[in-house]
Amino acid sequence: MKCLVTGGNVKVLGKAVHSLSRIGDELYLEPLEDGLSLRTVNSSRSAYACFLFAPLFFQLYQAATPGQDPLRCKILMKSFLSVFRSLVMLEKTVEKCCISLNGRSSLLVVQLHCKYGVRKTHNLSFQDCESLQAVFDPASCAHMLRAPAKVLGEAILPFPLALAEVTLGIGRGHRVILRSYQEEEADSTVKAMVTEMSIGAEDFQQLQAQEGVAITFCLKEFRGLLSFAESANLSLSIHFDAPGRPAIFTITDSLLDAHFVLATLSEPSLNSQDLRSPELCRQAPQLQAHSTCHLDDFANDDIDSYMIAMETTVGSEGSRTLPSISLSPGLQPHCNSGPQSEEEDEAEPSTVPGTPPPKKFRSLFFGSILAPAHSPQGPSPVLAEDSEGEG
Amino acid sequence: MKFRAKIVDAACLNHFTRVSNMIAKLAKTCTLRISPRHLNFILSDKVASGGVSMWCELEQENFFNEFQMEGVSAENNAIYLELTSENLSRALKTAQNARALKIKLTNKHFPCLTVSIELLSVSSSSRIVTHDIPIKVIPRKLWKDLQEPTVPDCDVSIYLPVLKTMKSVVERMKNISNHLIIEANRNGDLNLKIESELVCVTTHFKDLGNPPFASENASQDRNPARMAEVHVDIRKFLQFLSGQQVNPTKAICNIVRNKVVHFDLLHEDVSLQYFIPALS
Repeated sequence: MKCLVTGGNVKVLGKAVHSLSRIGDELYLEPLEDGLSLRTVNSSRSAYACFLFAPLFFQLYQAATPGQDPLRCKILMKSFLSVFRSLVMLEKTVEKCCISLNGRSSLLVVQLHCKYGVRKTHNLSFQDCESLQAVFDPASCAHMLRAPAKVLGEAILPFPLALAEVTLGIGRGHRVILRSYQEEEADSTVKAMVTEMSIGAEDFQQLQAQEGVAITFCLKEFRGLLSFAESANLSLSIHFDAPGRPAIFTITDSLLDAHFVLATLSEPSLNSQDLRSPELCRQAPQLQAHSTCHLDDFANDDIDSYMIAMETTVGSEGSRTLPSISLSPGLQPHCNSGPQSEEEDEAEPSTVPGTPPPKKFRSLFFGSILAPAHSPQGPSPVLAEDSEGEG
Repeated sequence: MKFRAKIVDAACLNHFTRVSNMIAKLAKTCTLRISPRHLNFILSDKVASGGVSMWCELEQENFFNEFQMEGVSAENNAIYLELTSENLSRALKTAQNARALKIKLTNKHFPCLTVSIELLSVSSSSRIVTHDIPIKVIPRKLWKDLQEPTVPDCDVSIYLPVLKTMKSVVERMKNISNHLIIEANRNGDLNLKIESELVCVTTHFKDLGNPPFASENASQDRNPARMAEVHVDIRKFLQFLSGQQVNPTKAICNIVRNKVVHFDLLHEDVSLQYFIPALS
């Protein structure tokens, strides 16, 4: 395999590596006929990312030496990242980048041709590997939204960097809601601040989702893809389904496309159910209402809503029992390969008010490409190449 | 108990954000007192944790376009809340180019101070960010610990030099000693002093001036050149200085010999009083 990247595309490649490095420790590099693919998966197998750079992205692209099978390899993310560590350097000094994979020397060679004839050569040792392939299909997801990366980038700006998960949902008036997800701990006295962002549907290029749907996923990986999309000034699509089903984030361009598949929390969280509660609806008023309506909306807010007994501790039982809406049948996860019974078991305890169900991400999108019938049960970390032994 | 308020003016909003940033630097958790005319940020540390106290007061009229509150009862028309000051400052940070900001008391899943911000966006659409800051309502019987501190009769009262200058001096002193001696007299001299076994460092500030009223009620001591000194924890003093991002319009330091040092600052229409007890 040999490919040559020139000009601004070197930085694009570098950016892609940066966002992949937020997910996994190993990078799977696979030259395909339709382009060079860079993939990774995180250690808990709950996040998968894939960039595919089309042959047109490169000045020169040769998937395999003629007469040979294409090689693929697995390298340490750290060592590959170090080549592209400084994006400023890539932009200012690197004129072209040549990546070649040679089976005989067992080395992945990355050469950076810089200004003034400086040439930096990185010889990275690699391991042979099977193809890393997650099983997902954006088309099978019931809900989809698409927006310029800038809109989504601004939307997550209010959230602190330390925040692990965020809930994305559709509120009243088809407003898109992002809310910081807090793990409910029964005895925690220190509550964290809850931040919520509500964006009008008109900021989205496409929005196919009913009001009330919501998923919770990890913010860190999402930030990774988002920063790539923002720098490339592209739109980002989010395909999602019922809670617990993976959410698929995609970027498509003529030269490249990227897929991030993130696990979502499998419980219908209290947080997401709140998206239907009247409280939130007030915050997310009807679409046709223009901006002044929010101010009115504020004035109409029931100031009496807050009345508490003074000298005693505050009981919030009442508010907690309210949002215990059980999932409507339409929202039940329709699993093709996932373990059906487990889903149902989990849905039950959540209907008991005040009992927070255990937080659980699952890695169900790692169904094997070799034996799709034997997809891993639960979160056991089984990669495609290993699952043969199971069957 | 009810409270809601609204800011639409950008300058007021920035000013309020600056105040909240200052509070976040001065105190990890603070008490917010809401009364019909004023907002107060209060810190009253236990003696065990340093005994620093703070009383920051702003007039609501100068900030809010709308302000409605109803206290615990007609005769006790106030609300006392405890909150993490960083939460408030973080919430206000997102309001940098906001069209309007509203603050209200709510009880969503837990008692909250809800800050909702309507952002300006490029398109005509509106974006709303809502922050629910968890609070604890402070019961009536604890209010007495959170009253405006009385300023003790001081030995010396003096205007402070530029706070940034003091900060850079104290930052370096901190590397040598944990104790700082602040001393001043009624001739406008202020000294910051550290002493260790090996070295004694003093920074002298001259001709700072003394507020006029102080010389009148100055006690029996008739010698204006006599220094009044107080030993304080250098970190507490540095924390106070770090909180002052903008040099105040007025800054006075009152020293009660070997008891307490009291700082009285005025930032436009926000007043801040800060007390650091003397080390014994």
